[in-house]
Amino acid sequence: MADGKVNDSPKILVFSTEKISDPAIDMAGLLKLHYPPTVYTIAVPCSSAIKPVWILHALERGFDGVFIAADGTDCPYGESCTTKTGQLVSQTQEQMKAKGIDPARLKMAAICSVCSEPFVKHVKSFTEYLKKLSN
Amino acid sequence: MKKKIGVYICHCGGNIADYVDVERVREAIKDEEGVALAKTTMFACADSNQKEMVEDIKSQGLNGVVVASCSPKLHLLTFRAVTERAGLNKYNYVHANIREQVSWAHSDNKAGATEKAIRIVRSAIAKANCAGSLEPIEVKSTKAVAVIGAGVAGMRAAIELAEAGAEVFLIEREFFVGGRVAQWDNLCVSDETGKDLVTRLYDRVMSHKHVTLFTGAEVVENSGSVGNFNLKVKVTPRYIRLQCKKGELQKAIDVCPVEVPDEFNFNITTRKAIYHNYPSEYPQLPAIDMKNCTRCGECEKVCSNIDFSQKTEYLNLKVGSILLATGFDPYEPKKGEFGYGEIDNVVTLPQFKRIVHYSGDKLTYKGKTIKHIAYIYCVGSRQVDGENKYCSRYCCTSNIYTAIGVKKKFRDVYNYHFNRGIRTYGKQEVLYDESSRLGDIYLQSFEHEPPLVEQKDGKTVVSINDILTTDKKLEVEADLVVLVTGMVPRQDNSIGNLLKIPKGRDKFFNEIHMKLRPVETVIDGITIAGASQGPKNIKESINSALAAATKSFSLVDAGKLALEPTIVKVDEALCEWCGKCDEACPYSAFDKKEVDGKIVARVNETICKGCGMCLPVCPVNALNLVGSTDKEIENMIDALLPTV
Repeated sequence: MADGKVNDSPKILVFSTEKISDPAIDMAGLLKLHYPPTVYTIAVPCSSAIKPVWILHALERGFDGVFIAADGTDCPYGESCTTKTGQLVSQTQEQMKAKGIDPARLKMAAICSVCSEPFVKHVKSFTEYLKKLSN
Repeated sequence: MKKKIGVYICHCGGNIADYVDVERVREAIKDEEGVALAKTTMFACADSNQKEMVEDIKSQGLNGVVVASCSPKLHLLTFRAVTERAGLNKYNYVHANIREQVSWAHSDNKAGATEKAIRIVRSAIAKANCAGSLEPIEVKSTKAVAVIGAGVAGMRAAIELAEAGAEVFLIEREFFVGGRVAQWDNLCVSDETGKDLVTRLYDRVMSHKHVTLFTGAEVVENSGSVGNFNLKVKVTPRYIRLQCKKGELQKAIDVCPVEVPDEFNFNITTRKAIYHNYPSEYPQLPAIDMKNCTRCGECEKVCSNIDFSQKTEYLNLKVGSILLATGFDPYEPKKGEFGYGEIDNVVTLPQFKRIVHYSGDKLTYKGKTIKHIAYIYCVGSRQVDGENKYCSRYCCTSNIYTAIGVKKKFRDVYNYHFNRGIRTYGKQEVLYDESSRLGDIYLQSFEHEPPLVEQKDGKTVVSINDILTTDKKLEVEADLVVLVTGMVPRQDNSIGNLLKIPKGRDKFFNEIHMKLRPVETVIDGITIAGASQGPKNIKESINSALAAATKSFSLVDAGKLALEPTIVKVDEALCEWCGKCDEACPYSAFDKKEVDGKIVARVNETICKGCGMCLPVCPVNALNLVGSTDKEIENMIDALLPTV
């Protein structure tokens, strides 16, 4: 299959959340705010539900970066989400270091349900960053 | 069983097909593992296509379906229903979003969009290959509802629920019903008083055989979940027997030597330790406040119905749903905020309303006649630096209505409104018009330059850079400064903590969806009404109370409930019970059980919300969320990458 030029761009896996950040990513499309098509999204119920093994799996199988579009303080499951998402990120980054994977390939930011512009900014700058990293 | 998946790729008119080569997507995925059928369609959601899908599922014996179209927020439920109509369990359906997250987001790059669409559809097929049938978890439901808070919202909801046929327990923490509305006098625009409204609702509550009212009652323990909550309620006695003689009770109140600030009057007056808030209050029986009672025994000497032997009781109630209508607190200004607590003629709007209530022919405060009144708006609301960013909705209207009343009742009163833009929205706008016609003066400032309250030569002066008169500095010498305070969440959030109700950014109870699910919380079976959810006027509170009552009733009416099966499962072979999942769970859905001599975690199916917060904390990876298992997620990830 002709993959064309798009394969040159770093591949980013986004973990979004069904109720908060996924609607923001949908709205980015609605508003035609463009971002690289090498950004793929998998939605989960809550950002503190993302297992480190999933992130490591993605990076080891060929994704250049993983971006967690976290619920932040808007999480419908409660205030502890922010702390818990933070914990799983640092825990994963430790495991990445141990495996010799650059921890900067995992990024997280809170994306509220209308944060379409911030989402696009984040994935664009993350793409640029990953490009530099691979050069 | 071998998977036979049907894949439908939608053109969405041109919304998808203009940017994604839909035919190429079909070609690319038609030979994927498990795919039995791959079609493109002009509109997947159209009736004709839905019918075709039903026929395909039946005639070809499909046991998995993928539709690649718009966002799942629009049509996930549509297509789940299609599979159900064809006799296939709806959890065999997987949705792929190639519009919002592909064709629209990448309309600048057709090759890239097509490539991404292929991978996303492939990923959905990978998930469909893992998916299986799931049955909803069925639980029995008790046809009873606990309504917490007997203000106007709680009482109105209780009446509605009882009339629909549910058993209702109305639980009020205070000794008297009516909440904040009992503290208001005349209400706009009908001029009825708050007490009138409370009396009418109370009469209906008491006449209904299916409502049981508890006063002095607090929920202290909660277990169970939707359909079957077990509440433990602590009921504090009044220490006064029923059917007591009226005259004797007044004597008892008179002889009581204890005087404490009267919270009902926002502390502008005092009351005794044995008290009622106003003469015709409901229930019409005073109570003794044991926090302040010294047990001197004076009341017992003059009244035979005082009974200190009454004991605190604990009741166990079983209900299917809980409706929270716990109301709000008025904002208490900080010391020194616009002179509050430092300059003695600075009061809040609730206090002012009580001052007006207690004034006879002349409007007086602390013995002084009041002529010039300065009202400062948005105190505690729309804060620039503070946490309360919201508008409290009721205060502009309530204050202008009060100011008009004062002007009509007392002669020679002059009203000066120091505002930041008046919000007497909807029908209430006529009040603003009326007040302007009566000669009230409106002065306005921006949020960064609020009015200043100072004492000059023993006089209280309010000054402002008035933007309505091109930034002229204007001063008013005021006999009384009224701070138009807004609503804040109840300071005592013990019930919210007990029931684990999430709070929003404004710290009020949070609904699931602001517009579409405004009275439900993420705790299944618990609904919210009135100002506990955010600032509301009485009408808006009643609206939400009726909505919450209907929602709560729908959960208990059928006697059984079907819950989402997408919850956490424990791999008992791996689990060594360390308790980390229990710590991470915000809903206490975990407990322990013994399996073959080993202690392992057990998930309470009716409590688990499927949020997954426990997943990453398990040190042996023994937890999986149904619908997002390791296998599903990892297969999806692999399918997004170029085939190796």
